[in-house]
Amino acid sequence: MPQFDQILTTYSSQIFWMLLVFAILYIVVGKGMVSKIDANVEARDRKIADDLAAAERARAEADGLGESGSADLAAARAEAQAKASDAKAKAAKDAEARVAKADAEIAAKVAASEATLAKATADAMASIEGVAAEAAAEIVAKVSGAKVTAAQAASAVKTVLAHG
Amino acid sequence: MHQFLIEPMAPIQLGGYDISFTNSSLFMVLVLAAIWVFMLGGMKRELVPGRWQMAVEGVTGFINNLMSSSVGPEGKKFVPLVFSLFIFILFANFMGMMPFGIVPGGHAFTVTSHLTVTAVLAVLSFTTVLVVGFWRHGFHFFSLFVPHGTPIWLMWLIPVIELFSFLIRPFSLALRLFVAMTAGHVLMKVLAGFVISGLNAGSAVITPIVVIPSLALMVGISVLELLVCAIQAYVFALLTSLYLNDAVNLH
Repeated sequence: MPQFDQILTTYSSQIFWMLLVFAILYIVVGKGMVSKIDANVEARDRKIADDLAAAERARAEADGLGESGSADLAAARAEAQAKASDAKAKAAKDAEARVAKADAEIAAKVAASEATLAKATADAMASIEGVAAEAAAEIVAKVSGAKVTAAQAASAVKTVLAHG
Repeated sequence: MHQFLIEPMAPIQLGGYDISFTNSSLFMVLVLAAIWVFMLGGMKRELVPGRWQMAVEGVTGFINNLMSSSVGPEGKKFVPLVFSLFIFILFANFMGMMPFGIVPGGHAFTVTSHLTVTAVLAVLSFTTVLVVGFWRHGFHFFSLFVPHGTPIWLMWLIPVIELFSFLIRPFSLALRLFVAMTAGHVLMKVLAGFVISGLNAGSAVITPIVVIPSLALMVGISVLELLVCAIQAYVFALLTSLYLNDAVNLH
């Protein structure tokens, strides 16, 4: 195997070049490039984490806004309901009052009408008595020829009417 | 075994030592260049990554997770080292699997199939563990060899076993990678040799019997080798992270 046959003649060259190449590799690539690449990866990871945190914050904020919005909405609805029921109650009261007033007016009108009617009936009764008394006096005069005074006739009619 | 042969390309001498630029050195540099190009795709550093940037960030994130799960928050400091080890082994393993042979005169060389190379990587890993351990804990680091709940009457044995298992770590790291890569490449070479020999036989009966199953197996072994390339890089990084965990947190 050349690895062992040549080891005594080549070891110095092998070790020298290996150390030289590895030193360059370590300084240029290991120390220089790797740390920069790692820094870049870390910066990216940090940025992603920051962005995620910002998004999370924004989401929480939006959730808060939504909650306060729905609370506002509920309050407004309750207020509107209260106002509506107030208005309904008031309207009902108004309507009752108006109905009562109208009732009173109607009752007054009815009473007045009834009074007028009673008066008219009484008048009519009185005029019927007068007419009946005249007619009775004339009938008596024609039948018996007796002269009956208007007063007598009227009392007679009244008596008859009273007895039905 | 030609594929493991080291051939000098430009002889260099330094202080009595031969540090010639060889085909092995060439492939180390190629691996380095490939890693650099790959990582460059991740340096656009856009907020929304493209495919290439995503791939690079996947690899760095993989090592980051490995270190933070094995060592904890202090593992971040060792990410450059473990990442360099991981990506070098991964790219070197894959580079050895690339079909450079289709270019006339070219042949792929697997840097990690050489014990000297894997030994350097293992020693780097092991030295870091030693330095970090003694730096953070001083001589208290030796308590690593006395696990919690060791019975007093086993005190003569357990620390010795622990010490040996600790000292064997660099060897196991180096040998595992070297053996896995070498064995895989030898196996592929043998199967490819069967295909060539079968074709050379030129017999109407023997050629199909030998060539077809060998080629089918070769395809399967190639896929398996690619898996081994990734697994060996992962194992090296994982074990380094576990050893660093011992050094940082004791146990």
